[in-house]
Amino acid sequence: MATTEEIRTDLADIVNEVAGVPADDVQLDKSFVDDLDVDSLSMVEVVVAAEEKFDVKIPDDEVKNLKTVGDAVAFIERAQNG
Amino acid sequence: MSATRVVVTGLGTTSPVGGDVPTTWSALLAGTSGVRALDHDWAAQLGTRIAAEVAVDPTEVLERVKARRLDRSAQLALVAALEAWADSGLGEADIDKDRLGVAMASGIGGVQTLLTNYDALNTKGPRRVSPLAIPMLMPNSPAANIGLAIGARAGVHTPVSACASGNEAIALGIDMIRLDRAEMVVVGGTEAAVHPLPMAAFGQMMALSKRNDDPEHASRPWDKGRDGFVLGEGAAVLVLESEEHAKARGAHIYAEAAGAGITADSHDIAQPDPVGRGATRAMEMALRDSGMEAGDLAHINAHATSTPQGDVAEALAIRNALGDKAAENLVLTSTKSMTGHLLGAAGALESLAVVLALRDRVVPPTVNLDDPEDIGLDVATSKRTLPEGDLAALNNSFGFGGHNVAIAFRSA
Repeated sequence: MATTEEIRTDLADIVNEVAGVPADDVQLDKSFVDDLDVDSLSMVEVVVAAEEKFDVKIPDDEVKNLKTVGDAVAFIERAQNG
Repeated sequence: MSATRVVVTGLGTTSPVGGDVPTTWSALLAGTSGVRALDHDWAAQLGTRIAAEVAVDPTEVLERVKARRLDRSAQLALVAALEAWADSGLGEADIDKDRLGVAMASGIGGVQTLLTNYDALNTKGPRRVSPLAIPMLMPNSPAANIGLAIGARAGVHTPVSACASGNEAIALGIDMIRLDRAEMVVVGGTEAAVHPLPMAAFGQMMALSKRNDDPEHASRPWDKGRDGFVLGEGAAVLVLESEEHAKARGAHIYAEAAGAGITADSHDIAQPDPVGRGATRAMEMALRDSGMEAGDLAHINAHATSTPQGDVAEALAIRNALGDKAAENLVLTSTKSMTGHLLGAAGALESLAVVLALRDRVVPPTVNLDDPEDIGLDVATSKRTLPEGDLAALNNSFGFGGHNVAIAFRSA
């Protein structure tokens, strides 16, 4: 299983690709909307790319709960282990 | 004729012969063709494997994240609009953006985004359709994105009339200023349809040249060997402004956008009226609207796409609109011989060429006219100098659906 840091790094690359946010800024405590300026449409792109990258399902209802990078990494970890 | 005079204060383009206005204009004057053999894998299956793609890819110019949120048609539009905006000096001027509008046309809209997402839907499922697909593929996306980039808060519009769209946007911009709905309007057209589906579809209409082995000579308006148009892509933008507003801020004025004529053939969805009645009325209307006489015209940039029927019908329409004497005295050209046919961007790019022809008093050539039809008009086959003094010129654009739009310009 991927470590927390490996997931964060891969997720940071996705956020960089989609929204142009420098990958180093994508830290666990950062809010997608308030800190990283990822808008709602870009968030959908991030989610779909993450599903493909990590081979998990992230239901639409769950996306609103993923406020920080840490929330997303934790969800992906649980989904992979589940 | 309206009391409010409208002038051109900025120009921008990205075209098959250059990535900006200076390179495009010098290439046109030099008679340079932008038509090339397509090296995309998808082209191999098509009957027509040539096109005029832009000389500079927009993704080399725009920021990566910005570019990936735009259809190619909007990328091209933004590149052209930002050049025109910078050229106008409006970005540094103290202006009321409630009085700033946009009229940016497209013939086909975000067709590449539509088809790419349809491919994703079919191969990977609905979850892989981009959440950006709608804002990217909607035909008003180029206009809206230009509006966002420059802060336009008057009307932001997208006229759609196939290959007359670009000219219709210019006509709309003139009207907006005359009607005092805006003082400044960024107008133009964009198209990015070099893709297998539009090419196959135009091919099925028997509309495209099949001169695959000789791309630079494929677009040959009024030449007896012409066998259809060459699909081009790109965008061109003019900044229109009321003369009063432009003079008050000491702007550089390229030319006057003096008037427009818009008519419909009501003849056939695709074929032009054989004697160009609608085109004749559009030119007559443009002259009336701009307070010009036929004899004032020194130059026409024709629609002339290199199709068997259209080129000859237009020549007849010019003769009928202006009378034989005035028609024979002006210098005619078709820059599509070099750029191919940019569909919804054609009218904008060719109006830009007319504005520069008036400024520099030189008409770019019609290349490849080796065996001309007997149209009895003076077509420039090499670049041609225009006389001193006040000059006037027309740009014609006609579109599938029977749309005819002529724009009249006067030298500054």
